[in-house]
Amino acid sequence: MSELLELNGLTKAYPGVVANDDVSFSIARGGIHALLGENGAGKSTLVKTVYGLVKPDAGTMRLNGSDYAPADPRAARASGVAMVFQHFSLFEALSVAENVGLGMENPPGPRDLGRRIWEVSHAYGLPLDPERRVGGLSAGERQRVEIVRCLLQDPKLLIMDEPTSVLTPQEVEVLFATLRKLAREGTSILYISHKLEEIRALCDAATILRGGRVVGECDPREVSAGELAERMVGETLTAPKSRNASVGDVVLDVAKLNLPPVSKFGAALRDVSISVRAGEVLGIGGVAGNGQDELLTALSGERLAPAGTIRLEGTDISRARPTARRRAGLLCAPEERLGHAAAPDMSLTENAALTGTVRKRLTRNGFLDWRRTRDFAQEVIDAFDVRTPGPQAAARSLSGGNLQKFVIGREVLQGPRVLVVNQPTWGVDAAAAAAIRQALMDLASQGAGIVVISQDLEELMEISDRFAALNEGRLSASVPTADLTMERIGLMLGGAHDLEAADA
Amino acid sequence: MIRLVRRPAPSRFWAALSPLLAVALTMAVGAAMFAALGSDPLVALRTIFWEPIFGEFAWYFRGQLLVKAAPLILIAVGLAMGFRAGVWNIGAEGQYIIGAICGAAAGLALYPAETRLIFPLMVAAGALGGFLWAMIPAFLKVRFGTNEILVSLMLVYVAENLLASAAVSWLRNPESVGFPGSRNLSRWASSANPELFANTGVHWGVVAALIAVILGHVMLTRHLMGFHIRLAGSAPRAARFAGMVPGRMVVFCLGIAGVLAGMAGLFEVTGPAGQISIDFGSGYGFTAIIVAFLGRLNPLGIVAAGLLMALTYVGGDNAASNLGLPVAAISAFQGMLLFFLLAVDVLTNFRIQIGRGAVA
Amino acid sequence: MDLSSISLTLLIASLMVAATPILLAAIGEMVVERAGVLNLGVEGMMITGAICGFVAGVETGSPWAGFLVAAIGGAAMAALFGFLTQYLLSNQVATGLALTLFGLGLSSLLGQGYVGIKAQTLRRVDLGPLSDLPVVGRIIFGHDPIVYLSLALVAGVWAFLRYSRAGLILRAVGESHDAAHALGYHVRRVRMLAVLFGGACAGLGGAYLSLVRVPQWTEGMTAGAGWIALAIVVFASWRAERVLIGAYLFGGITVLQLNLQTAGARLPVELLSAAPYLVTIVVLVLISGRAGGRANAPADLGKPFHASA
Repeated sequence: MSELLELNGLTKAYPGVVANDDVSFSIARGGIHALLGENGAGKSTLVKTVYGLVKPDAGTMRLNGSDYAPADPRAARASGVAMVFQHFSLFEALSVAENVGLGMENPPGPRDLGRRIWEVSHAYGLPLDPERRVGGLSAGERQRVEIVRCLLQDPKLLIMDEPTSVLTPQEVEVLFATLRKLAREGTSILYISHKLEEIRALCDAATILRGGRVVGECDPREVSAGELAERMVGETLTAPKSRNASVGDVVLDVAKLNLPPVSKFGAALRDVSISVRAGEVLGIGGVAGNGQDELLTALSGERLAPAGTIRLEGTDISRARPTARRRAGLLCAPEERLGHAAAPDMSLTENAALTGTVRKRLTRNGFLDWRRTRDFAQEVIDAFDVRTPGPQAAARSLSGGNLQKFVIGREVLQGPRVLVVNQPTWGVDAAAAAAIRQALMDLASQGAGIVVISQDLEELMEISDRFAALNEGRLSASVPTADLTMERIGLMLGGAHDLEAADA
Repeated sequence: MIRLVRRPAPSRFWAALSPLLAVALTMAVGAAMFAALGSDPLVALRTIFWEPIFGEFAWYFRGQLLVKAAPLILIAVGLAMGFRAGVWNIGAEGQYIIGAICGAAAGLALYPAETRLIFPLMVAAGALGGFLWAMIPAFLKVRFGTNEILVSLMLVYVAENLLASAAVSWLRNPESVGFPGSRNLSRWASSANPELFANTGVHWGVVAALIAVILGHVMLTRHLMGFHIRLAGSAPRAARFAGMVPGRMVVFCLGIAGVLAGMAGLFEVTGPAGQISIDFGSGYGFTAIIVAFLGRLNPLGIVAAGLLMALTYVGGDNAASNLGLPVAAISAFQGMLLFFLLAVDVLTNFRIQIGRGAVA
Repeated sequence: MDLSSISLTLLIASLMVAATPILLAAIGEMVVERAGVLNLGVEGMMITGAICGFVAGVETGSPWAGFLVAAIGGAAMAALFGFLTQYLLSNQVATGLALTLFGLGLSSLLGQGYVGIKAQTLRRVDLGPLSDLPVVGRIIFGHDPIVYLSLALVAGVWAFLRYSRAGLILRAVGESHDAAHALGYHVRRVRMLAVLFGGACAGLGGAYLSLVRVPQWTEGMTAGAGWIALAIVVFASWRAERVLIGAYLFGGITVLQLNLQTAGARLPVELLSAAPYLVTIVVLVLISGRAGGRANAPADLGKPFHASA
């Protein structure tokens, strides 16, 4: 097999961080090449370089044997390089055909384009209706739009950035089949992921990045997942300590909650019922956009729920505002750290006051006691090993993992009765993720009820006692985690609630 | 190649320095503008910025400075709360006019009674008038989600028409023959807002502005409400998560601004202006927007900004009478100041990187 | 009062004239907003256009030169706004306000010495017998060229956004600048061009006031027309054909209240003068009360774009 793309000593530095440091490897024609690494390992910068979005400080690339230095993504596309993004490349208000057309250099006329989208998408098992608005599509369908957009340009190299993070297990199988078919037809694929099992199942070569450097190359089919993980993380990870599950009374009881969507492309909550007992972790899985935001904001009190639908330890709090809910003992940590869970431009002290005022008694007659607030921020920093110069640092100056530790720590240290977290380890490095999971399980051991909303199924399997799936705003009945198989989870995520009832 | 690189945290240094830099740049370009208008730029700048404070007639101008600065500061403090929270009330001019009309009407209803209670009553009526006028956009925003920028601004034009009708009909001085305009409130002891200390320019409006600045400062830095205001502007979703209720925030911010603008109008109509007349609306409500931004939406900064802006008014008048510079030059000058401020503000959040980083 | 003095034909014909400045400004602003930029400085650009056009019209004696210079003046103001918001990332709301305040000041400065002068105005297009047709002739065929230009502009913008690739790119930039950037489109360039177009349109609208509708120069003569244009864009939910409807509705109200004033209606003059503004508020409320009132707004409207990677 000959090489399609060769990278030679690529280096790219940003202020304060070297994103890529002398990175070299090559991708075979028709090969599926994994680029493996933790968040912050430099994967994104590297693929953006290949796609012409980032210009390297040093180093060269060769494509098909000739020099390759794309000035912008258009140049990259013209050379036969296409990319499917993890986020940010679809326009919700535009139609599928318009979205596809925008990603092409010389799109055919509207009618032709629609026909070709239809043909290509069906040929590769990714059926799409060219006239539909992207905003109304599911995450999996949106990804199809991106892939079809790439395929219409007959790419030589297809870059996939974390493509499975938004897919159900069944959708992942479809995607893999498509990618294998493409590879057989001679297209090279650069596959970026941190999910080891997937890579072992799909890829025939792998380059492992850590801290911007290449730390290893291997054939993932011949290496164990544990070995890959160790090379990727650079240290051995301890699995969370198991805990004695002594479950108490129901602390959070949500009964038939219905709520309209937050945004025009969100999902309405339909008859959502949740019951969490003290000392228990309930995992809620599901692909993003199926009502996660709606559920969290309904529980946090940012949006009020119909009376009688949410009870905390027997008290109806459906109509209570966030502050009153915190006083009662229901705390939340939203998914979006910058701008929702924390104010980016404000100091950690101020961010401690964001949720801590009632339970930590940080106010007197409506006036904030800044010294106590600072002490509380410091307490969180110390207890959760948040790496920062101090409580005066702005939230946005922290790395994702450190800020997330701060956000989770801020809630945990307030001693909640119930804690609801959405995507607690999204975009967080492995060490911080492990610390956060441990903190959540410790909190449960102390008798709090925990709800973890997450797209990361492995995470949910690891820490939750019971599991429920959120699909198009409906929540399935919960099932003990111990009884679950991946296949059953997949069916639950796909919304096959009836089938699951038949099983039981 | 020049590039902007986001700072990890906003720079306090540049946040403090950028208004000064903006003033310096505006003076430089202003000098060029004056030169183009045929005046010696140095003389013009001296006439506008130096003479009112240190010149021969400074004893008069300094008082005028406070008289002009008081309404600007009073209004700007209220506006700054809203601008911080992302509530864009740009109709302060309307609230100012309505405050003056309501206050004047309340007083004139009791004419010619002689009691000290009338002035406080008028102040309350002025504050209430401004408040209610501001509640129109607030209510529409909260109830229907109507854009407060457009509504508050449209209401300025409505207020100006109300002012005209008050001046020519229902508040017109019945004893004047043929002239539009109300009785002179500054000459009626019960309603007058006099100079409290001779030749200082200090009237009740100045006192009120001072109080507003102090209360505003304390609230923004120490009170939970002030914290929520800052939060709402800096990260709206985080503010809702923290427990801020957006509707209440809109009502609060517009309400405060309305009260302060209404009071400013009342102090003006009972003091420096003296009566309700067709041309009572003098644009303070709009200039206060510049003052609020120039003062970094910070009450203490607004004091300095208000005084500076008052200086451009007083100095501009001085230049108009002595050098024949058009009065309009001053409003262009003020607009320019806001532009430069917004331009140099980029330095607070971004570093400018020249060259490097672009190896093609 | 004497309502018979109000002729419907004349009313319609004159509402088209009254609506044209706002229509021009609004269609320009709509394009700007579709690109994701909120320029609140329409009033400032309009008044700058009004004075630039008037001065050029008086000095050259040609209203066409006036309109050309007005468009350039408006675009120059817009360029200032674009530079600040797109390159220096200043707050769009604040910068738009600054533009308006600056424009009002600058225009009265430039207008020194032009108060009370009359400029050469545009002649109506003479379509011979067509213009003499009863009713229709006066309404459809009896206008000056700029009225037709404004209508052509609306049609052009409509077709541009709907059918052209450039229009698609412009809409894409307004919907998600991050996605557009990721695909390699030049977000800032597209937005700058849109902002310049919006400025030129606002300038033309202003010049139409000072050269045709009034036609002379008075300070602050736009009297909120730019703000009303902004309101019309919201009313039109960012659609070209609805901008036309909104502007003509508004023109109708303006003309009607003027007619009522002259007809001696027993309503206070001030109430009639305030009517257009009050109606604008009412319309804004009705729009926002409608289900999903802002649902059609471009998703990235008013958000600053900084390519951080």
